[in-house]
Amino acid sequence: MIVHKNNLSPPRRRGPGTRNRPGSALALERTGERSQELDSRLRGNDNLVVDREESQRGVFEILSCVPDPEIPCVSVVDLGIVREVRENTLFITPTYSGCPATIAIAQDIRKALDEAGLTHMKIETMLSPPWTTDWISDEGREKLRAYGIAPPPKGAARHSLREEAAQCPRCGSLHTEEISRFGSTPCKSLNRCLDCSEPFDRFKCH
Amino acid sequence: MVEENALFFHAVRLGDDALVLGQRLSAWCGHAPMLELDLALANIGLDLLGQAALFLGLAGEVEDKGRDTDALAFHRDALDFRNCLLVEQPNGDFAQTIARQFLFSNWQELLMREIAAAPEPRLAAIGQKALKEIAYHARFANEWVVRLGDGTDESRERMIAGLEWMWRFVDELFDPKDGAPSHRADWDSRVARVLAEAGLEQPKPRRGVLGGRAGHHSEHLGHLLSELQFLPRAYPGAVW
Repeated sequence: MIVHKNNLSPPRRRGPGTRNRPGSALALERTGERSQELDSRLRGNDNLVVDREESQRGVFEILSCVPDPEIPCVSVVDLGIVREVRENTLFITPTYSGCPATIAIAQDIRKALDEAGLTHMKIETMLSPPWTTDWISDEGREKLRAYGIAPPPKGAARHSLREEAAQCPRCGSLHTEEISRFGSTPCKSLNRCLDCSEPFDRFKCH
Repeated sequence: MVEENALFFHAVRLGDDALVLGQRLSAWCGHAPMLELDLALANIGLDLLGQAALFLGLAGEVEDKGRDTDALAFHRDALDFRNCLLVEQPNGDFAQTIARQFLFSNWQELLMREIAAAPEPRLAAIGQKALKEIAYHARFANEWVVRLGDGTDESRERMIAGLEWMWRFVDELFDPKDGAPSHRADWDSRVARVLAEAGLEQPKPRRGVLGGRAGHHSEHLGHLLSELQFLPRAYPGAVW
């Protein structure tokens, strides 16, 4: 497993008064509660050694509220970008090497962790094994479909260059064609339904 | 020490190829013949810039002199760039851009297969990631060589002219002096297969132009870098 240092890794020290500036009063109240609860769960009060799986679950729970900046219907956890938690380090992986959302994703994750009181948690980027659409959760696939993006078939990444016709997210027809393999983001291709004429994005197998 | 030095230059070569070609392709954004191609060329450029960032980041890490990706990309001059001459060639028309991509992506895919299996784990990790992306680039370029070559008289003429322009820079890709792997035969047969499908003849062999790997570049690179590097040099330390 390969790890590259991420610029956002060290917990940022915030200046006085900056911490609670953004967000509504309600949001602050909520994050405050969460912060205390999670802090005790994750830091392990009373010298309790926190179970790794439990801590990972807690972090994944927090991050399941962080949307992907380019496809906001799914979270960074749904997409399989968030990989694992080991001690005080969270490992994330980019979808594509040049995905411009990578920096925004790391910043959003940092913010979510900070707001949950996990300022001590570092973020590192893990490149290997490389991200694949097979890591998109079933829930994530459903959310993509509902959003109008044809999800990649599960377990199809190995055959990524020989894709079968996408299913139209509007009418469900398999009578569709690919207009361009490169779409509005690196991870999507442009397709059209030949039955209902709907143009739609497809999450490319990768 | 020697090994680390070799790894540094290896990563710099890979990073510079990707950086320079990524920058070249970015120039098509908003100018491609049609919207789908605009998206495709920009996306390929983006993949390459991402790969460049990873390879140059590794180079900086190996060198251990405090130079990060940005320092290597923005604060070296043309003489210190180690990209092959092919990638710095001007975009020309769409066919010339496709010719360059066709020759490069097929080479890069074969090369990246070796790198993905390299014993150096950091290099291999980047290689595995990049390989998945490059497979798309090669397929895109191959399809367009066929479409243009087997298209109208004009598209065919332009495709031939594009290949004629780029062909003299192929030998450099396989120059054993630079540690380039010996997958020439695989590359030749891939390229021949696509050209045959496109109804095109392979350009006549000619003396290859070398020098990019030693920092001896064409004038084109200087102009490219002046655009690429302008902002961080004019406004040192600028952040978004």
